[in-house]
Amino acid sequence: MIAVLLVLALVAAWEAYAQLSGIDEFVLPAPSAVVAALHEDRALLWSNFTVTAGEIGLGILAALVLGLAFSVAIHFSAPLRRALYPLLIGSQTIPIVLVAPLLVAWWGFGLTPKLAIVALVCFFPIVVSTLDALDRVNPELRKLMRTFGASRWQTFRIVEAPAALPGVLTGAKLSVAVASIAAIFAELAGSEEGLGNLMLKAIPQFQTARAFAAVLILSAFAVALFGLLALAERRLLPWAHRSEGAAT
Amino acid sequence: MLTRIRAPEEAPPKVQTELGSVRLRDVRKTFAARRRGGAPVTALDGLSLRAAPGEIVAVVGPSGCGKTTLLELVCGLAAPDAGTVEAAPATLMAQRDLLLPWRAAADNAALALRVAGVARDRARRRAAALLADFGLRGFERARPYELSGGMRQRVAFARTLLSGRPVLCLDEPFAALDALTRHEMQDWLAGALAIAPRTVVLVTHDVEEAVVLADRVLVLSPRPGRVIAALPVDVPRPRLRTDARLVALRERALRELRA
Repeated sequence: MIAVLLVLALVAAWEAYAQLSGIDEFVLPAPSAVVAALHEDRALLWSNFTVTAGEIGLGILAALVLGLAFSVAIHFSAPLRRALYPLLIGSQTIPIVLVAPLLVAWWGFGLTPKLAIVALVCFFPIVVSTLDALDRVNPELRKLMRTFGASRWQTFRIVEAPAALPGVLTGAKLSVAVASIAAIFAELAGSEEGLGNLMLKAIPQFQTARAFAAVLILSAFAVALFGLLALAERRLLPWAHRSEGAAT
Repeated sequence: MLTRIRAPEEAPPKVQTELGSVRLRDVRKTFAARRRGGAPVTALDGLSLRAAPGEIVAVVGPSGCGKTTLLELVCGLAAPDAGTVEAAPATLMAQRDLLLPWRAAADNAALALRVAGVARDRARRRAAALLADFGLRGFERARPYELSGGMRQRVAFARTLLSGRPVLCLDEPFAALDALTRHEMQDWLAGALAIAPRTVVLVTHDVEEAVVLADRVLVLSPRPGRVIAALPVDVPRPRLRTDARLVALRERALRELRA
């Protein structure tokens, strides 16, 4: 409620400033101008949005699949952990600004380099929070499973994997925020469509309001995706929010 | 909240298991130092213990005398550094119920059956039948966080029984409960064991719990733990905790503990 009021007040102040100060519209468009752009360019914005949304969604999905496989492999093998964990942290220091144009040079203007960049950025939060959750499983539960004669794999399937699910979702939520930025970066490095491409073209055409509209759409998408994951968490893992769970 | 917890009275026990014995001889267990340069810790030294098939042996001792280590040896979770451990297959029930929060009560109770490869529906039916015996009819589908502490502990005990292991190792099973529930659960456990007998090694720091439940009470020395006194509890069941013989035994055990 307070957040809504705060946003409304900010928007009102912004509108007043843009109208009264006589500032050029291509330097700072008024909120009303952004809304007008949203309406006028809706077809253009929508077609570009579907492209970027696909990059973000598929990129996160790829990161989830690869990240989970990577986490499980590391979880089962201590030598693998020692060998690969430093590489994971190293991968996170790769400057994307530098790599993105290279990937475009290798793979062209299509979907592949965008997926690679989004996945690269999302991989780290997913792996770290998944491994963290796996490590925090109560060791007494593992002992209990051993007294039941459970195999390593049974213990993983019955105890460790479900216990780590909230961690996986946390990683996915974290990656939603970085994925949008990564997708825009990837599009700036070379693309023919997408919201980032649209922003890049709008500024030199003095269509600043259109660029703002694109940003607005992207933010709304990220918030919606985040909300969707939070909802899934509450629906699928109601126990994760109770304090008395043995596995947490 | 005060729930009436009755011992299961219906005669046919749902889980019959062949009884097994436990025998530890001159066992020593040493742990490497936690910190570099620290001295290794000897948890148990020269400890001998026997539990005959169907016998309930309670082990009391000061904190840190290696009681939990003793149970891990019996359950085969650790190997002794010296001496021998011979025990029928055993399973552990800990102070915390260790129920899986995402599984319903019946599915938690059926955990060992599922591990052993029993089909889900059959495992669930057997678990539900035992839960009903334990006064949990209607709670089969409840998640652990919807149950009280005493109810959760009963689900954990059902899970332990359904594992079919002839030896039960109970590690302070009621220490996390409030005093009233603890008393009720002790009486309940005595009733449950009368119907589904098991060889039990019960570790506790509660001397009263030991004399109320056990056939024999062993007193351990401070670390490194070994048995310094063995007190047979020749009092017929059901027992009243105010029984003069039990009170006398409790005092004796406490004297031995302080010695």
